[in-house]
Amino acid sequence: MLRISTTKAVATLAVILVGLMLAVPSFFTAEQRNGFIKSLPSWFPTWIVPTRAIVLGLDLQGGSQIVLEVDRNDLGRTMAQGLRDDVRQALREAGVQADGGIQIQPRGVQLRISDAAARAKAMPKLQALSQPVTDATLGQTGARTLDVREEPNGLIQLTFSDAGFNARVRRAVSQAIEVIRKRVDLGGTTEPSIQQQGADRILVQVPGLQDPARLEEQLGKTAKLEFRLLADSSAGDVDMLPSKDANGQKVPVERRVMADGADLTDAQPGFDQKSNEPIVNFKFNLRGAQRFGQATSENVGRAMAIVLDNEVVSAPRILQPITGGQGQISGRFTVQQANDLSVLLRAGALPAKLTVIERRTVGPGLGRDSIEAGKHATIVATILVVVLMFAAYGVFGLFANIALLVHVGLILGLMSVLEATMTLPGIAGIVLTIGTAVDSNVLIYERVREEVRAGRSIPSALQAGFDRAFATIVDSNSTMAIAAVILFFLGSGPVRGFAVVFILGIMTTVITAVTLTRMMIALWYQRLRPKVLPI
Amino acid sequence: MRLLRLWPDESHFDFMRLRRFSFPLSAFISVATVVLFLQIGLNFGIDFKGGTLVELRPKAGVTSDVGAVRHTANDFGFGETEVQELGQGSISVRFPLQAGGETGQTLVMQKAHAAFDKDYAFDRVETVGPRVSGELVQSGTIGVVLSVVAVLLYLWFRFERELALGAIVGTLHDIVITVGLFVITRIEFNMTSIAAILTIVGYSLNETVVVFDRTRELMRRYKTMPTEQLLNLSINSTMSRTVMTAMSTALSLLALVLFGGEAIKGFSVVMLAGVVICTYSAIFVSTPFLIYIGLQAGGSRTQVRDPSALPQAAE
Repeated sequence: MLRISTTKAVATLAVILVGLMLAVPSFFTAEQRNGFIKSLPSWFPTWIVPTRAIVLGLDLQGGSQIVLEVDRNDLGRTMAQGLRDDVRQALREAGVQADGGIQIQPRGVQLRISDAAARAKAMPKLQALSQPVTDATLGQTGARTLDVREEPNGLIQLTFSDAGFNARVRRAVSQAIEVIRKRVDLGGTTEPSIQQQGADRILVQVPGLQDPARLEEQLGKTAKLEFRLLADSSAGDVDMLPSKDANGQKVPVERRVMADGADLTDAQPGFDQKSNEPIVNFKFNLRGAQRFGQATSENVGRAMAIVLDNEVVSAPRILQPITGGQGQISGRFTVQQANDLSVLLRAGALPAKLTVIERRTVGPGLGRDSIEAGKHATIVATILVVVLMFAAYGVFGLFANIALLVHVGLILGLMSVLEATMTLPGIAGIVLTIGTAVDSNVLIYERVREEVRAGRSIPSALQAGFDRAFATIVDSNSTMAIAAVILFFLGSGPVRGFAVVFILGIMTTVITAVTLTRMMIALWYQRLRPKVLPI
Repeated sequence: MRLLRLWPDESHFDFMRLRRFSFPLSAFISVATVVLFLQIGLNFGIDFKGGTLVELRPKAGVTSDVGAVRHTANDFGFGETEVQELGQGSISVRFPLQAGGETGQTLVMQKAHAAFDKDYAFDRVETVGPRVSGELVQSGTIGVVLSVVAVLLYLWFRFERELALGAIVGTLHDIVITVGLFVITRIEFNMTSIAAILTIVGYSLNETVVVFDRTRELMRRYKTMPTEQLLNLSINSTMSRTVMTAMSTALSLLALVLFGGEAIKGFSVVMLAGVVICTYSAIFVSTPFLIYIGLQAGGSRTQVRDPSALPQAAE
């Protein structure tokens, strides 16, 4: 007999009921959901009401996705420049001069101190620059940030160790994520998703964004702001930088930085009172204000270069010391540019240059079309399969069809709870699941038919059908599940969405196609006690 | 009410005899696929080749003009540019990967916007850099190989060695023919295609496993039955289920092909064909293959016999 214990039946029904309830919010808009909750009487415990709807992937709701990669070369250069400053400081403290300055190398710096006594004095200071590598997850790893090598001829090389460099890349990525988050938030877009991907990549997804080019421009800029002096000649410690004033021609700029963007506390777009052209007003913190005040008072009459990402935006003459900690950047901006620049300055500079290595944008219209097409396909597929099952198995087909609808509901419910993203291939996954989910029922029913033909009594044929088909159902679903799990781990974006749907579909099959139909059939049999199986 | 029967209840069709046709046919198609694959290759999408894809939709009041778009896009000088009509006036334009790293790709977008912004809305924009595409090829290949290995291990534990081998041969056969389908139809091969292939791997094994489950059961029951007859019996007795499941899956995929929209049409067509291929191979390739590797019913496999099967064998 098809006996099912009461506990099992209650548990199954409870799981199904909860699963279906979880799917309900996805069929309503956010306003409708909020309206419903408000309309409830005040004594009603609102936490019971499921509110999570399925998250639509960018391919369905439209939006932009870009993958940014930390430029390791650029980061290495920045690190080497910082190291050069540290080495210079260390030598000053030791009272030692390097012969011919400090050279920047791809992975560090090198210098020469021919005098052995001076070298002996400098070396401990240089050794001290190498710090133990710390990692947020691993703690102290035992490795050090720098390899300091001393050759007998006086050449000293300071090279970033692999561990040190990689730790710095990791830090740069997490810093960059923070900066990007601020920039995207300040840009006023809703619900961006910013995630780390692999060791040195950042995935940014902004739903509903119409203009990906602007997003890219905002995220791709390092926004490194520096205040430096325009140099008189191109000799000595001078960089040649392109100037916006001179239409991209290079002008000499002193290497020493008077103040930089790290000391800014605020930046706002505004208009110049005299010329009425768009500008950016900024405010320094205490340290920045002091440094800036001192530097400007020492250099009244000289031109100060405002350098943004190694380009001289403008080079106003210092008319008087600027001690109030406030100033403005002009540079023939449009209103939009001034606005964007103030956002970039407020959010802070990226620790390294980021390169866009992948971008995908779907227009909102196309997304809507895809959802519509997906709905149509799902409805048509459901109808076709439901009709086929009913034609082939009659009342048993009806049971299978109920199980099938519950099955689709459960997938949607589980997806809502797991906050899994529904993608276009995910819809395809649902449609495919509709086709394959009935396989378990088909296996059972065909087996029952066989057993009836072999002359078994009705209850024993039903029992044998379920029992014998079960092993096959487990085997066949397991093989599908293996393929789906691998797809999940290797796929990206939409393909992953397909894998999730498929895995959930396989899991719920066992509940619906096996347990639920079995319960329905048991109930049906106990009520009607048919003499002949209508199958 | 008379219920629909897609396959007769009692069938005694000699499927195994057809292997004389199916094996040469499958062998021919497989070899042809490998040759075509090496000669023509797959029509890789930008996921794997890198490059830029733009989908244009004419703005209101504008009639789309594929010829003009093709002409303009070719004039950009970005190399071999593919322009295709997508239906409902939409046009897809594919630019190859540009030299000069990521700035090269950005230049493509700037030119495209400058040229088409007036008449068309940009429905979809995808740019994949050279490193990303390389990694996608790698993870896609690993995915397919890994899934075959994982499933092989599963079958090894659940079934006898010969049955596991037969299932793997059938699955490989299906993968090869599906790839051949991509080569011949020139349907774009991208990340979604990998998803299609992995799903076909799953479906293919599903089909084979159902038949082999029955084979194993019959082996225990009819210990002395000749292999060929045993396999015929296995297929005949599972045939009504096979036809029914293939039918329901095919119907839902057909709905996807007809109503699912342009974006996943390639995927749905391949899956639909995959269902046919998998059903064929389960019946005509993996099962008859067991004859060749000498599956022996009865005596020789007493040691692997499941004790729970004994009472049934006595029936």
